[in-house]
Amino acid sequence: MTGAADKLAERIRGRFGEAVRACKVALGEVTAEIAPERLVEVCTALRDEPELRFEQLMDLCGVDYLAYGETDWETTEASATGFSRGRGREADEGPRWKGPRFAVVYHLLSVTHNRRLRLRVFAPDDEFPVVPTVTGVWPSANWYEREAFDLFGIVFEGHPDLRRILTDYGFVGHPFRKDFPLSGHVEVRYDPERGRVVYEPVSIEPRVNTPRVIRRDPHCARAGGAAGEEA
Amino acid sequence: MPEIRNFTLNFGPQHPSAHGVLRLVLEMDGEVIERAEPHIGLLHRATEKLAESKPFNHSIGYMDRLDYVSMMCNEHAYVLAIEKLLGIEPPIRAQYIRVMFDEVTRILNHLLWLGSHALDIGAMTVFLYCFREREDLMDCYEAVSGARMHATYYRPGGVYRDLPEEMPKYRPSKWRSEREVRRLNAEREGSLLDFLERFTERFPKRVDEYETLLTDNRIWKQRTVGIGVVPPERALALGFSGPMLRGSGIAWDLRKKQPYEVYDRLDFDIPVGSNGDCYDRYLVRIEEMRQSNRIIRQCIDWLRANPGPVMVDDHKVAPPPREEMKRDMEALIHHFKLFSEGYCVPEGEAYAAVEHPKGEFGIYIVSDGANKPYRLKIRAPGFAHLSAMDEMARGHMLADVVAIIGTQDIVFGEIDR
Repeated sequence: MTGAADKLAERIRGRFGEAVRACKVALGEVTAEIAPERLVEVCTALRDEPELRFEQLMDLCGVDYLAYGETDWETTEASATGFSRGRGREADEGPRWKGPRFAVVYHLLSVTHNRRLRLRVFAPDDEFPVVPTVTGVWPSANWYEREAFDLFGIVFEGHPDLRRILTDYGFVGHPFRKDFPLSGHVEVRYDPERGRVVYEPVSIEPRVNTPRVIRRDPHCARAGGAAGEEA
Repeated sequence: MPEIRNFTLNFGPQHPSAHGVLRLVLEMDGEVIERAEPHIGLLHRATEKLAESKPFNHSIGYMDRLDYVSMMCNEHAYVLAIEKLLGIEPPIRAQYIRVMFDEVTRILNHLLWLGSHALDIGAMTVFLYCFREREDLMDCYEAVSGARMHATYYRPGGVYRDLPEEMPKYRPSKWRSEREVRRLNAEREGSLLDFLERFTERFPKRVDEYETLLTDNRIWKQRTVGIGVVPPERALALGFSGPMLRGSGIAWDLRKKQPYEVYDRLDFDIPVGSNGDCYDRYLVRIEEMRQSNRIIRQCIDWLRANPGPVMVDDHKVAPPPREEMKRDMEALIHHFKLFSEGYCVPEGEAYAAVEHPKGEFGIYIVSDGANKPYRLKIRAPGFAHLSAMDEMARGHMLADVVAIIGTQDIVFGEIDR
């Protein structure tokens, strides 16, 4: 299985050269990072060339790397010292994200060759993330791109119908961004006096039940194996 | 001459045939659909975002609530993704149990699909028949997990507990007489495996019953043959999977092509359609129920003969047994850490997919090494299927929209997430 994955990674590197910024194999899965300006060209080739034939786009999703590697050790609310009571902090320094903030991840499937491939495209601009659309290559991308736009605010250039899809009519903001609070900004209730549903600012305060921690125990390193090496 | 006007019709979100909260805006020319535009998201609960704020194990229960008619299959994809990242493999007995319950779930799902699909098109009896069998399988869920629907039974590293030695039984009450309870409990003597085996013995005949009602039924055929035809190349391009893809004649099943757990040791066939219409997809699903029945029987035989552990013996991931916790300090610490903080998953990303009753159900996890997922993406098969609604419904009559919704096996829990 791993042999086939390595071979596929090799082929992708050889075929697309500069357009592939990185191509690695981890946990038996091939991940290729594609330059956004050549995405459509690469995707068309991936779909059409007989040796690749990735006919299906199984999944497309946005990822926001803003808080990658951050933990809840330091807080201002829980106590003066956060959740880190009795523990040194240097051990918990996670890998902080240095690359662009937004990425779009594509999961491709080749029914002909029974293979999977993951593509990742980083949007160059953090303030206004734009990535070219692949709806022309795989029609199934249509709704997935609408979803990524809705939840992350990633704009897909050339998309025929880029509207919100999952959130409420008239929703403001992009809820899956890491700087969007879990409890949101507005809540709705029925107002009997006005006889309709009203929107109000949220009344609940966000609370951390289980703090987020990153441990680099020997156990994790052992279990991680392939993933650990990649990091 | 009368004036002819085109209508825009609002279908749902509170329509019994909308299978939940689908809102369809239909542009009609007379009774012919010119454009169908689904509005989704009315059941959006941000499961993915919620999962990012919870330790890994806390979200297993959310998975049940995605596609709420095939609960354990959703859990399966989720635990597979975590296991991939952790690099652990569940014991073989746990794998058989999972496969068995995946197939129980497949039958559960297809029964609900068949019942409601037939009801939508106008066959009432099938619905009642299907729910009779669903009840038995729900009892299996209950016996093994304590819950009839939202089981939360699978865990990274195995399953929560071994199969029970006896089935839960009815007790006499104000509403149930002694005699009736005896009759109900007669089925429930013996272990869960006995109960399930008796079910598999009678189930093929029950499927025959459904078929006598539908397969050659003139009305059923008029409503489904040639409706919502998807040619194979379009099915691929639109991201179809599962019975929707196989109905169009593409022999693709993850259980065969990319076997997970013990599917490569089991003997079963994959039904494939040829015309890609609603009727073919109906036939594919009916045959899938028979095949699932076969798989369950093989699992029962194996599970009878091979006792063993059902959870990995790694207390960094799985809690220690309760007796051990009472005397062993180490076990107590493990328990405390697991239930207060959870376990950390190594940095990396993984995509795990299972052949869900509706298609390919995938979980993509990005982990930054924390005790909670950094990003969780649920690849729901219904999402891709529903996005093809416009293409499938165009040019059909209004009544066919209901048949197409039915054939897509839409469940809003997974589409809206």
